[in-house]
Amino acid sequence: MGIAKNPLEGLVQFTTLDDIVNVTGKVVATIAKTTKMDTVVDGIVSWGRRSALWPMTFGLACCAIEMISAGCSRYDTDRLGMVFRPSPRQSDVMVIAGTMTKKIAPAVKRLYDQMPEPRWVIAQGGCASAGGPYNTYAVVQGTDLVVPVDVFIPGCPPRPEALIYGFLMLQEKIRKEMPSVFARYEARQHS
Amino acid sequence: MAVGPDSILVKNIREKFGQAILDTVIFRDAVSHLIKKDILIEICSFLKEDPALQFNFLSDVVGSDYYPQNPRFEVVYHLYSIPQRHRLRLKVKIEEEEAVPSVTSIWKGADWAEREAYDMFGIEFEGHPDLRRIYMPQDWEGFPLRKDYPLKGYKDRYNPYGEEKKS
Repeated sequence: MGIAKNPLEGLVQFTTLDDIVNVTGKVVATIAKTTKMDTVVDGIVSWGRRSALWPMTFGLACCAIEMISAGCSRYDTDRLGMVFRPSPRQSDVMVIAGTMTKKIAPAVKRLYDQMPEPRWVIAQGGCASAGGPYNTYAVVQGTDLVVPVDVFIPGCPPRPEALIYGFLMLQEKIRKEMPSVFARYEARQHS
Repeated sequence: MAVGPDSILVKNIREKFGQAILDTVIFRDAVSHLIKKDILIEICSFLKEDPALQFNFLSDVVGSDYYPQNPRFEVVYHLYSIPQRHRLRLKVKIEEEEAVPSVTSIWKGADWAEREAYDMFGIEFEGHPDLRRIYMPQDWEGFPLRKDYPLKGYKDRYNPYGEEKKS
């Protein structure tokens, strides 16, 4: 048993999203094929993914205040590897913090589309989860109608501890994902 | 400051405009005049320019819907005089599809307030420099604060619980 060729050979330049998917997909698939140790590879990849969840700095309503608190020194998400990023291009997680109106919904969808894969979404609070108290003409009744949500956090607004717990739940979810299976599927799609 | 029928807010204005003032209500020292639509611009210029009144600040312009009464809508102007420190309310009743003259030529601050009344009730303001929606998306259909608009809105991809749209 051994690795036939250096799997990192292809990792020279990433110019487009497709490149990244192509190269990483092939590398992971190669390792998985040569070592036959899917679980080990999955473990390493998902460990990498869940240990540096970078959320996007993006708030819609009062939940954003709790999100800001979670990022500041008292709760300090930085110690868990969650560093708020100012751009969707650099983010892994979108925290939908607050009431999403129909007017802002296209912008949220656009920001989600601008994030590189793999990406996750946390719906923070009652409004983001199901419209909250605002069952009105102007409010989207649950952000899962616009973007796919991984974790729903109840509360109005949820305290920073609740948000951090939501992040831990997301980490748990990522831990159970099987990137190698996904990568092999992706590699097959691109070959 | 107690306001009675002899106050300049009542007497001066009633004397000058007479029949065009349809009704005057004094409640807890607040004066409201229900006026004819035709004299709106004239009375507003007078209230602003008159040295005893000097209503140089337009606090707000709001619409209200009295459906199913007729005339249906009412536009309310809240005025304040910064030098004289008194307030006045003007009301204009209008039918559906009827336009009101814009007061942006007198108070520039009427711009956004009139856009709000247009956005929520569909009241048209004639002579407004930029009459488009201010809160709702530009492609929104209907006027949400009208009494015949459903509270939960119409059913669409963002709101599965809304009312079915009547054709």
